[in-house]
Amino acid sequence: MSGESPPPQPANSTRTIAIGTIARVEGEGALRVTVKQGRVQDVELKIFEPPRFFEAFLQGRHYEEVLDIVARICGICPVAYQMSAVHAIERIFGLCVEGTLRDLRRLLYCGEWIESHALHLYLLQAPDFLGYESGIAMAKDHPAAVTRGLRIKKAGNALMTLLGGRSVHPVSVRVGGFSRVPSRRELEGLKDELLWARDAAIDTLRWVASFAYPDFSPDYTFVALHHDDEYPLNEGRIVSSDGLDSPVDEFERHFEEQQVPHSNALHCLLNGSPYLVGPLARVNLNCDWLPPAVREVLTGVGLSLPLRNLFQGIVARSVEILYALEEALRLIDLYEPPPVSSLPVSVRAGVGMACTEAPRGILYHRYRIDENGVIREAKIVPPTSQNQGRIEQDLRLWIPQVLDRPDQEISLSCEKVIRCYDPCISCATHFLKLDLQRDP
Amino acid sequence: MQETAPDQIVPSEPGVSHRPSGWSNIRIIGVGNEWRGDDAVGLLVARRLRERMGKGVQIIEARQAGINLLDLMGGARVVLLIDGVSSGQTPGTIHRLDVSTGPIVQNLACRSTHGVGVLETIELGRTLGRLPETVIIYGIEVAETGWGRSLSPPVEEAEEQVVERIARDVEQLQCMNSI
Repeated sequence: MSGESPPPQPANSTRTIAIGTIARVEGEGALRVTVKQGRVQDVELKIFEPPRFFEAFLQGRHYEEVLDIVARICGICPVAYQMSAVHAIERIFGLCVEGTLRDLRRLLYCGEWIESHALHLYLLQAPDFLGYESGIAMAKDHPAAVTRGLRIKKAGNALMTLLGGRSVHPVSVRVGGFSRVPSRRELEGLKDELLWARDAAIDTLRWVASFAYPDFSPDYTFVALHHDDEYPLNEGRIVSSDGLDSPVDEFERHFEEQQVPHSNALHCLLNGSPYLVGPLARVNLNCDWLPPAVREVLTGVGLSLPLRNLFQGIVARSVEILYALEEALRLIDLYEPPPVSSLPVSVRAGVGMACTEAPRGILYHRYRIDENGVIREAKIVPPTSQNQGRIEQDLRLWIPQVLDRPDQEISLSCEKVIRCYDPCISCATHFLKLDLQRDP
Repeated sequence: MQETAPDQIVPSEPGVSHRPSGWSNIRIIGVGNEWRGDDAVGLLVARRLRERMGKGVQIIEARQAGINLLDLMGGARVVLLIDGVSSGQTPGTIHRLDVSTGPIVQNLACRSTHGVGVLETIELGRTLGRLPETVIIYGIEVAETGWGRSLSPPVEEAEEQVVERIARDVEQLQCMNSI
């Protein structure tokens, strides 16, 4: 990218770079960067999308209403909200959903990962690597790639539609199981397209592996779920690359949400420090659970885990598309309709927590329910609020590398860093205006 | 609340399959959010046309139109799409845009995934060679898009007019092309 250097400024002036609205992310946010005497003084990721008060809406509601309400927090990852909520509530009621019903929930989650990852990878982030301002502009020169991405996404949508009743804000998940389970024939009807998508996911991984990645590998603390038997979706312990290994119940012992004046979203810190959640953290902390076929493709493109470069998050995302398709096909092959679609529920009072792996990273829910099944307290910690502190930290490290460029170029490069996180501002308050103050 | 989802087709009547059973030559797609005042107008026009249209015309109510709008248009020869628009003109103004012949917006940048709106999706469809032969958009200038289920008077009036105009369009198309 070419551009003129910023004009010389007096020795003690302030340079402000402002990104007005961050493009190609979910929701509305802005970035303000202050530079004094050539050094980055302050970075504030401002989330000005208004607070959404979901935790308060849930108070006084019956537990049966929770899954429909939390699904509305996000149209891209409603399954994640439903899954964290349903597991937390089932925990309170002493319910353990196992076997085929558990598999079906995993399959539904695979659909959401495929859909969400394909959308972000092909239409939101790939243009950054190939030098286009949007997915539409990229489609002019790369129609086959974009068509491939849309078809992969559609395969994920089809899974969600079949299992969830519809592809957005699904309606079939309920406490104890599902309101309806599919027939074997219905699931098998999806197989051909999923098989096509699996091959397309291999092509995707090869494609993104050919991109040029800026060199940017800060010393990250990666945080993800880890399960003893499988790649994590709905269950696991919370682990970090710094040695944390905690049951989900103890999330609030280690992680603390803090209010910051410049943002409507809370910042969540791990023992006082920022950390990274999402595909990059997941593949690095769960590489043992990736099937050999997935690891072979990764080796074939000359990459190995762990991936430490932030920009290789797109590789991690494509690894997970491939994984989710492999897993979906495995679960469909195993499927025999369960004798009941849902287990009987006995309401009891208590507190329950759950954490599941949303496409963008761990999503924590805690509920307190009374003896009548009414929600008395709810707490929701979405992945984007967890990544927010880490995004600011990354920008503090990134901006000095690009500070000699014109403001517009700095803005664009900051947006690229932010997009690596696939932030969902809607979920976190729920994007980006850059305001860069330079004081050379 | 942000509806970040790409799109969704919703049945107008409970129990009616919301997935079109087969593709038809003429498809009417109403886009909107019925909980946000005038933004519902696209859905309402589609719903009213459902009562009037005969076989061969398919009606879809799309509550969240995004990238998947391409799939909703797939297989049709003619698509008539109705949506609320906001361009600063008088509320109730009806824009009729034939987007088959060329782009109407030159500088389209995807602002976000919510922002992958109707026009951006149509341009993506054009780029990928996935647009039906004819795509006509009826855009109705909105006044109020806050919470609520009622249309403002000028938009309600425009709703009536658009229903009539589309009914005439369909009649002409069927006569002209015997489709």
